[in-house]
Formats: sequence, structure tokens, C-alpha cells
Amino acid sequence: MGEPAIQTIGLRKAFGSTTVLRGVDLSVPAASLLALLGPNGSGKTTTVRILTTLLSADAGHARVAGHDVAREGASVRRKIGVAAQSATVDGLLTGRENLELFAGLHHVGRRAARRRAGELLERFGLTDTAERRVATYSGGLRRRLDLAVSMVAAPRILFLDEPTTGLDPRSRVELWATIEELRAAGTTILLTTQYLEEADQLAEQIAVIHDGRIVADDTPAVLKQRVGSERLVLTLATSDDVQRVGVLFDGMAGQGYTTGQPNSSSRDGSLHLDPGARQVMLGIQHPDQLRLTLDCLHRAGITVEAVDLHAPTLDDVFFELTRAAA
Amino acid sequence: MSTNGPTTRKPSRRAWPLATAVGDLYLLSVRALRRDTRMLDAVLVSIALPVLIMATFVYVFGGAIHTGASGLAYIDFVVPAVIVMCAGYGAATTAAALAEDLTGGMIDRFRTLPVTDWVVPVSHVVASLGRNLAATAAALAAALVMGFRPEATTSDWLLVVAVVGGYILAVSALAVVWGLLVRSVQAAGAFSFVVLFVPYISDAFVPVETMPTGLRAFAEHQPTTPLVQTLRALLLDQPLGNAGRLTAAWLLTATALCVPLAATLFRRRATS
Repeated sequence: MGEPAIQTIGLRKAFGSTTVLRGVDLSVPAASLLALLGPNGSGKTTTVRILTTLLSADAGHARVAGHDVAREGASVRRKIGVAAQSATVDGLLTGRENLELFAGLHHVGRRAARRRAGELLERFGLTDTAERRVATYSGGLRRRLDLAVSMVAAPRILFLDEPTTGLDPRSRVELWATIEELRAAGTTILLTTQYLEEADQLAEQIAVIHDGRIVADDTPAVLKQRVGSERLVLTLATSDDVQRVGVLFDGMAGQGYTTGQPNSSSRDGSLHLDPGARQVMLGIQHPDQLRLTLDCLHRAGITVEAVDLHAPTLDDVFFELTRAAA
Repeated sequence: MSTNGPTTRKPSRRAWPLATAVGDLYLLSVRALRRDTRMLDAVLVSIALPVLIMATFVYVFGGAIHTGASGLAYIDFVVPAVIVMCAGYGAATTAAALAEDLTGGMIDRFRTLPVTDWVVPVSHVVASLGRNLAATAAALAAALVMGFRPEATTSDWLLVVAVVGGYILAVSALAVVWGLLVRSVQAAGAFSFVVLFVPYISDAFVPVETMPTGLRAFAEHQPTTPLVQTLRALLLDQPLGNAGRLTAAWLLTATALCVPLAATLFRRRATS
């Protein structure tokens, strides 16, 4: 294995008295996709801005495409494509004009710029809207053009800062497909997102960032295991029934359970009871567990009024990972 | 290029940073001009405003104002002033154009490209020069229709273009500084009104002898006065005095101060 396409060691950054990055270590192998997962204000954008030479770090090192971002910014800029959080394309120009402008700014020559613009319009399904001003584009279309613009120089490394934020579900799925294609073609991608689902869908590797630190960096499968998979929420007829389930399961599995306010700690088979809301919460690792649980309650004569399955959310991931880190 | 010996490999454009920068400047200036022509309201304002101001002074105030010692017809007296006012106003809108790029993230995108960073603000200045020379020509055409009769030779006209162009560049450079200092497009837009107002307190529209002493001192020493006097001298065959030298000094000083200041502010703003 050669040098990672993107590597950071101990990146730190503060704006005045606000510390945004407290030592970020990342390593992204060539031709893979890393999702940097975190809530607003966790340091995702700052990390991307340092890696794309827009911002200098206070401490630490970052190398992109084999170049130091602080000392060899010009070399880095020649090898990367960047799509910022707000799709930054010129609204007063048409789609084609935007692509030709950015291709020209990559110094490919006028004729090549025109050809490249045509290719990208085709590839990103923008041919029909090519002559329309971008201000008239829908959010999804604008994002796609933004992505096409960041691909004008066919970069080996692509940075996408929250590429699907604000998109409707259909546009999101379409954009995911485009990102998959780029990755399949060998582009190294660092993508930031607030959505666990998105990271899970696209990434080989998920780095979870919280309060300026990487609190987990692993494959989606391993991370999900750590967090627990799905959570079953059963609403029963009476709060007495909830207590009975507690006794029943306690005796059955010999596992401890908690009572009180529902929180994210109920997983991995541990049981959580909330008599006030007449709810029982249970971590589910395998679909069979759902059937067994319902069978068991049926035999005990407990009526189940509603069944909900919750996929773990970003909140769950954070709760779990930051608890582990503490 | 020919200095490269025959054994040198095909020269890459990277070997010519200045040529590359000029190419980038061309692309970005075309982009800025395209933006200008596509904002219909802005186009209308930059052409209608000079014509309206011209008409107001000629037909509304013209009858009541005496041009003092010069003995000029009021329309002849006022045309150079309206030109300065409109060129200045138009050039000042550069602040808003730049602020839009700064706040909307376009500057960041340009900075992730292999593009020399100073090219982006300079492209707005180049576009401003093109846009405002065109607007000035429209204002002059309107003035001719209203009865303005210049007595300028070809070389006078070339100097007029140079002086107006220099004024547009100086105000645009000042607008870039303002645009970099403020944090919003609206605040950047306010610069236009400052520039629009300054010519009123000068020799531009009324002779300074009519003003109270304090105001008169300001009016006599602010840059619009020698600028308008220079244009009057060139267009109407009036005595130039030292107005030409003062104008050149003002414009060069303003540009010489603004360029390094803008460069520093741009680097600081862009990396924060």
C-alpha cells in the first residue's frame, strides 16, 4: 500500500477563544470513501477547509495527494475537487457556462474546456438544462452541477462537504448513485455528513467527529455493532403489563433492565421499561428476536398495541461513542 | 518563449505564472461582465441614472444656477460633473459585486482552484472599467441630445477617456477595500451612496464661491473639484491650471494606497 491519499495528524484549530479542532487524525487510502460523520459545529467543515487549503491549521500536519497542504498548497489545489456546503456555482451563468469557466480556470485550454463541459453535462444528466441559468435550477440539479464543477479537472481526490443537506429524498438517492459511480471509477472521496444512513450507504470507513476530536474511525459494520442495531419499541395496553414484561424477561434471559425515562442506553438485548408511557424498549440484533419476543408476549397473554422499530440515529451513535470515550 | 532553446521541452503553462494569471483574469472578467449584463435592473439603473441626473440638472436646476466666472452654458458646465458622478457611482457598485462573491462562497471555490488569488478581486475591477466606460458613453450620448456641445480634439477625447478610466479604477479599488471590510452585500452597497454624494460638495454642480466658508474649503480641496475641472478643460477648451496635475496625484495616490491594502485585506479575509 502506498501513501494514503489524505492524511492528517493532530490537526488543531481555534478561532479566537473557540477551539474547533482538538487534534484530528485521519487516514484515507487511495480510491476509498471516508465519511466524516458529526453534528453541526463538530469541526467537519473546518477539517475540510484545512485539507482544501482554504484555512491554515494552528498545529498538526495534513497531506493530500502526497503534498503538505500548508507548504504546497498550489500542488494540492491542482489535484483536488471541492464541493462546499452551499452549492457554490454562479447563479447568473448557465450550467454550461459554469462548467466552461471552471474548466478554463484549470488551464485546460479553451477548446478542451468546451469539450470537458459537454462531457460532464452528459455524464451528470444536465444536458437538458445546460443553457438555463443556474438560478432557475432546483436544489438537486444545482447540487449535481456543483459536483460536476468539482470534477472538471478529473481530480483523483474529491471533498464533498454535506453534499445532500437540504435535498429531497429522491435527489439524495440520485446524488448517492453519482457519488458511488465516482468512487467506483477510482476517485478518493472524503465526504462529511450529519446522517448515519448516508455514511452507512456510501462509506468504506466512517470517522465520527465530536467536539473537534475523532471519537471513532472504523468500518460501518463495526460501528453499527458498537452502537447496537435496531431498537424495538412495544406499546402495551397497561403499565402493569410493562412490569410483567420486566419480570418475564428478567427471569427468561437473566439480564438486568432499567426503568425510568427512555434514553439511548437500551440496546444489545438490554431491556428498558417505561411504565408511564406503557412502553418496553429492546435492542434487536436479528429479525428472529422480533418474532420470539412477540410470541413470548402472546403466550403470556400480554396485548401489544403498537410495534415500532427504530434504526439507530446519529444521536445514538454519539451517545454511545462519547460515553465510551469519556 | 523564443528564449527557450530548441532542446527545452514543450513549455508548460505552469512555467509562466503571469501568463496563466492573465488568462485567469480574462476568464473571470468575462464572467463578471456577464453577471453585470444579466442583472437587468442593474443595467437599467446604470444607464437610466446618468440620463435622469443629467436631465434633472439641465432642466430642473439649470435655469436657476449661474455658472459664475467661467461663463459657460449650464449644460456645458454640468456634463463633466454628471460624468464623474455616474462613473463613480457605477465603480462603487464593485464593492457589492465582490461582497456577493465573498459571502456566497464563490471566492472560496476559486481559491480551491490553481488560480492566483489576487485575480478574483481584480476581475471585478476590470469588469467595472468596461461597464462604466459604456455607461459613461451612454450618459454623454444623452448629453449631446440635450444640447451639450463639446469643443474637444481627438487627443482631448483620448485624455478624457484616460481620466474617466483612471477615476473608475481608483474608485473601484477603493470599493474593493470597502467590500473587503464590510460583512454583508447590503453594507457593501452603501458605498455607492457615499460616492454619489461626494461630488455635490465640490465645484461639480454649483460654483464653490456660493458655499459657506467651511464647506467651501472642503469643496476646493476634495478630489472631485480638480477632476471635474480637468474634464471641463479637456471637453470645453477651458484653462487647465494645475487641475490636471492634482487629478493625476489624487488618482495615483488612491490607487497606490488601495492596491496593497486590498491585497492584505483579501488574504486576511479569505483565510479567516
